[in-house]
Amino acid sequence: MPAVHFSDQDFEAKVLKNKLPVMVDFFAEWCGPCKLAGPVVDKLAEEYKDKLVIGKIDVDANQATAGKFGVMSIPTVIFFKDGKEVERMSGFGGEEGYLKLIKKVLGE
Amino acid sequence: MRKLIIIGSGPAGYTAGIYAARAKLEPLILAGEIHGGQLMNTTVVENWPGSKTGIMGPELMREMREQAQKFGAEIIDKNVVKVDFSKRSFTIDDYQAEAVIITTGASSLMLGVPGEKELLGRGVATCAVCDAPFYKEKIAVVAGGGDAACEDSLALTKFAKQVYLVVRRDSLRASKIMAERVMKHPRIKIFWNTQVKQILGGQKVEAVEFTNGEKLTTDGVFLAIGHQPATGIFKSQIDLDFKGYIITGLNKDYPTMTGVAGVFAAGDVVDHRYKQAITAAGMGCMAALDAEKWLENIK
Repeated sequence: MPAVHFSDQDFEAKVLKNKLPVMVDFFAEWCGPCKLAGPVVDKLAEEYKDKLVIGKIDVDANQATAGKFGVMSIPTVIFFKDGKEVERMSGFGGEEGYLKLIKKVLGE
Repeated sequence: MRKLIIIGSGPAGYTAGIYAARAKLEPLILAGEIHGGQLMNTTVVENWPGSKTGIMGPELMREMREQAQKFGAEIIDKNVVKVDFSKRSFTIDDYQAEAVIITTGASSLMLGVPGEKELLGRGVATCAVCDAPFYKEKIAVVAGGGDAACEDSLALTKFAKQVYLVVRRDSLRASKIMAERVMKHPRIKIFWNTQVKQILGGQKVEAVEFTNGEKLTTDGVFLAIGHQPATGIFKSQIDLDFKGYIITGLNKDYPTMTGVAGVFAAGDVVDHRYKQAITAAGMGCMAALDAEKWLENIK
């Protein structure tokens, strides 16, 4: 199962009110590095599907959410736990960079 | 054990891959997690011969990658962390090879000023093409004076109401056509002989301060001040010049060979002068042909 897609409309319900920690990949179609991040995020979503929710949000179609969290660079991933931001990484961090943050958030 | 491993995946790496695959060397390209090189952060490339209407940088790199794969190059998107060139066969992480081509390119330089790291992703950015749309009706500062700085400034004008280009010297080192476009643009203002001293802001960038004490209100700072060769993992293994570029050309029979027989290098990791996609691709081709000849001669 690839990463789910969030939108301005369902961000509150699916991310901020989620019982599991959530990793959100802010991306856009026009951005070269985002295209590198996409498949890595999909792969991690599959590997960690029982432990945390991993999803993407297209900043072009969902400018309100990107603006609310001050995302000014893409790709940016933000981790949320109990509705609060706990970690953030700007620029494509590679699988290892993302894994490090996932493990940190999960306390592994 | 492989005949040839190519480390890196910009125009030099993929071109080396195309030539080596066609020479039946069954190359493995360790492309890195952030593959495709500097062109992945660009929009339209206007000077790539054979595309008169221009081609998008990421699209060009995807084409090169698939072209190498088509001829049988294997590509793994992994970062190399450790090499041992002290004895043949050479060791590259868990892999072994008779010959190696290094095409790791160069990475963006940071200014190294206060506020830069803290505000990265919150207004401090290295990919204007990625982030320009966030600057709709906003103000952006670009630091640098080369082609990248000019392209970034022009990309930002599509969204920002004002772009300030901050140039350390009194002229642009960009190509004339790019420099002219920037200097003529009504919404780009150039600050000559100016350097950023610090970037100010809390949750996001609010202003920059120059070394002359002047402050400028801005929503973002884009860094395009140049690159440094990505040679950290090769330091104790092959000869580098004082700036960290790999030294080649010691052996007349193999112009792209490094100080270690069997280890070749091509592209921006070697080239501190031209730094073009086409020169990198050309050097990648040369390295593949040199490696092919060398492998034949050691048999």
